[in-house]
Amino acid sequence: MYTMNIAIIIPFIVAALVPLLYKRVPRIHTGWFVLLVPAALFAVLVSTIPDIATGETFAATIEWMPSLGINFTTYLDGLSLIFGLLITGVGSLVVLYSIYYLSMKRESLHNFYVYLLMFMGAMLGVVFSDNLMVLYVFWELTSISSFLLIAYWYHRRQSRYGAQKSMLITVCGGFAMLAGFIMLGTMAGTFSIRAIIDQVGQFADHGLFIAAMLLILLGAFTKSAQFPFHIWLPDAMEAPTPVSAYLHSATMVKAGIYLVARFTPVFGGEEVWFWVVSLVGLFTLFWGSFTAIRQTDLKALLAYSTISQLGLIMSLLGLGSAALHFDDVNERTVGYSVAIFAALFHLVNHSTFKGALFMVVGIVDHETGTRDIRKLGGLMTVMPITFTLAVIGSLSMAGLPPFNGFLSKEMFFTGVLNASELSIFSMETWGSLFPIVAWIASVLTFVYCMMLIFKTFFGEYQPEKLEKKAHEAPIGMLIPPVILASFVVGLFFFPNVLGDYLLKPGYAAVLPSYVEGGRFLDNIEAWHGINTELLMTIGVVVFGFLIYRYVHFWNNVYALFPRKWSFDALYNGTLMQLERRSTSITQMYMTGHLPHYLAYIFVFLIVALSSVMVITGSFAFNSASDAPISSYEAVLTVVMIVAAICILFARSRLTAILLNGVLGYVLAVFFVLFRAPDLALTQLVIETVTAALFLLCFYFLPEWEIEKIKSRTQVLKGVVSLAAGTIVTMIALTVSGTDIFDPISNFYENAYELAGGNNMVNAILGDFRALDTMLEVVVLVIAGLGVFTLIKLKAKRGGEDVEGK
Amino acid sequence: METMMSVLVGVLVTVGTYLVLSRSLIRVILGTAIYSHAANLLILVMGGLKGGAAPLLGEEATSYTDALPQALILTAIVISFGVTAFFLVLAYRTYRELGTDDLDQLRGMNDDK
Repeated sequence: MYTMNIAIIIPFIVAALVPLLYKRVPRIHTGWFVLLVPAALFAVLVSTIPDIATGETFAATIEWMPSLGINFTTYLDGLSLIFGLLITGVGSLVVLYSIYYLSMKRESLHNFYVYLLMFMGAMLGVVFSDNLMVLYVFWELTSISSFLLIAYWYHRRQSRYGAQKSMLITVCGGFAMLAGFIMLGTMAGTFSIRAIIDQVGQFADHGLFIAAMLLILLGAFTKSAQFPFHIWLPDAMEAPTPVSAYLHSATMVKAGIYLVARFTPVFGGEEVWFWVVSLVGLFTLFWGSFTAIRQTDLKALLAYSTISQLGLIMSLLGLGSAALHFDDVNERTVGYSVAIFAALFHLVNHSTFKGALFMVVGIVDHETGTRDIRKLGGLMTVMPITFTLAVIGSLSMAGLPPFNGFLSKEMFFTGVLNASELSIFSMETWGSLFPIVAWIASVLTFVYCMMLIFKTFFGEYQPEKLEKKAHEAPIGMLIPPVILASFVVGLFFFPNVLGDYLLKPGYAAVLPSYVEGGRFLDNIEAWHGINTELLMTIGVVVFGFLIYRYVHFWNNVYALFPRKWSFDALYNGTLMQLERRSTSITQMYMTGHLPHYLAYIFVFLIVALSSVMVITGSFAFNSASDAPISSYEAVLTVVMIVAAICILFARSRLTAILLNGVLGYVLAVFFVLFRAPDLALTQLVIETVTAALFLLCFYFLPEWEIEKIKSRTQVLKGVVSLAAGTIVTMIALTVSGTDIFDPISNFYENAYELAGGNNMVNAILGDFRALDTMLEVVVLVIAGLGVFTLIKLKAKRGGEDVEGK
Repeated sequence: METMMSVLVGVLVTVGTYLVLSRSLIRVILGTAIYSHAANLLILVMGGLKGGAAPLLGEEATSYTDALPQALILTAIVISFGVTAFFLVLAYRTYRELGTDDLDQLRGMNDDK
């Protein structure tokens, strides 16, 4: 049963073949070949519905990195099936739509379909993966392919900006989510989601539990455009309309919803989870609908409406998670769990009507050349079919009968009303807030739905403002939204088909304990009757119409929120400040001035060594084992110290060279005194040659001048140098004052027996440790070659001959 | 003895550091040369300055000075000589090409001249 694993891989394989098809079969629109993939996958997934409906699940594992516990495991249950069907179903329709939307001559279709298939495969991977790490891999793949799709028209600055913005926000969230996954994996000892759910009780009071929860939520919120991470979605509208319809209404923005639903059995019933998810969702719902009204671009309006609908689903998932707080399953707790069912229902409904609406807007854009509602109007008679579709979609979004949005809106009201009666999580005080905010947001939703219909299709037809002469779209472009709209209507009349076969298994996956209790939700049939929810809906319509009539008064309200205080401005400002600050900091310490860098190195060394000495208290001074000092040595030491200090004050470079020679020769004398004949010889010769070299080079170099530097810098240099010298002295004293074990030199007294030499030092250099000597010779050879090359090398670019001046 | 030598090494390191932090290339090279003196002396001192004959078996002494540090220093002297020689020629070449040995003016070379 590797069906799911293969289903995930197929889009990637086909994506690799698309460029071939595009080049070899230029006559046929590449989209027709691509269309087969989601259609076939959709058929396969539909065939599993009966099994899933009876409570079966399918799992299959392909080993990937078994030693790390990371395997390509797929798991198909009710929840992932809902998403899988949405991805493949809406995917097929979007591909069909894009065949008519994107022209063969003007667009680079192969890129488009490669990205789209990559996205489809990644999205299927997200919803079917059972392994956290594999889920993360696919999650990032959706981010990347979404980035590529948004910037499909990469020659536009706005497209590139939107793509970068969505990338930054979703990838940052993805990283947070990865951290949460790793925490969860360490707590549970496994990366398998099912195994984690099975043992959730064992680590619920672990210290990392809340941290993991919040990090995973951060990932879900960024992906699903929840407040305040919603800012990338309106800018992602620069993508071609099929992409907006597919990614930013039906699939990718639902990935966060999927994540929250999938982890509800793990984190649900916790107070933090309940409050964060519900409040963020509710506020997003309000903010999205509030902002949608002020938009003048149809796609931006739909983007904000998507944000608000996603907030609605998110808040329902949060409210429904309260049901897991109770151990027993009874009438009351099942009532609380209605919210989960409503969330799944609205998820499906939203995908249908929002996909249709995006396609409608795409058609309007395609046939008139603009999406600005200030230029549009009176298209009702020009584009009757499109108008019908728009009305169906908008009224469903507003939550009116006879469309499926009405049912899920009623259930949403039921959910918030039930939740307001909760007596846990200090809901007694705050519970009444939920229905009120939800109702206000619904009114605002109704207003922008009205705007969508009236401003586009009613009013005056203004052909002089349009780029093209408007007319009805080609039939191929209309088929996908017609299919989606037929779902919108069909689900209103037959909601239980969907409910029994898909939503109930999905609900069972989110709340597993509610199935084991043997009780089941059966109130999807109860959608008739005068109750509070119906009265709320009537109130929505009445107030919505009133506000729409006087919508121009609202401009004063929006003036309270100037653009410079928006989250967009915050995002842009943050990015700009980050760049500025990092540039200025880098320029502050990366001066390009070598003494500065050397000073950093010395200071670091001094601080590190001295702090180690202080912390470990390792400084020890023990002169007991010192050899006695003779008069020669004292005199020579004084000579060396004086010579060294004089170098600092030498007025000419010749003095400095000679003083350095003094140092070298005195060192040779020290070698004599300390009984090292070979060293004394070598040191004498080398010192002579070095002095000669210095003199030779100085002949070509300028006379050195007394350094003109500020006295403050001089003092700093002096302090650093003194500290360096002191540290070295202290370490030397500490080391020479402690004898840990005897030296191994007694072995070298066998030099004659082993190597046939009387000179121990030479025996070491030539016999015992000859490798060093060989490589030291290599060093000399390389240095010689380097010197030769440098002298012989001619300047590459006609450098000025300094000597010739 | 070892104490005095350690102080001497410290003085050499101080002088070397001060020179290495200078602006002119010559002083920097001189600083590295003084560093190598300090390092050689330090190795010898750390090996212990206990009395004893030079490490020649013909001496027939009861004890010899430690031969190993001497071998190490011999290697170090030669290597530091090679590096210093190369460094000096590099400085000469730099001056020929760019007409300055001031590190302050050697900042941010542009290849687009």
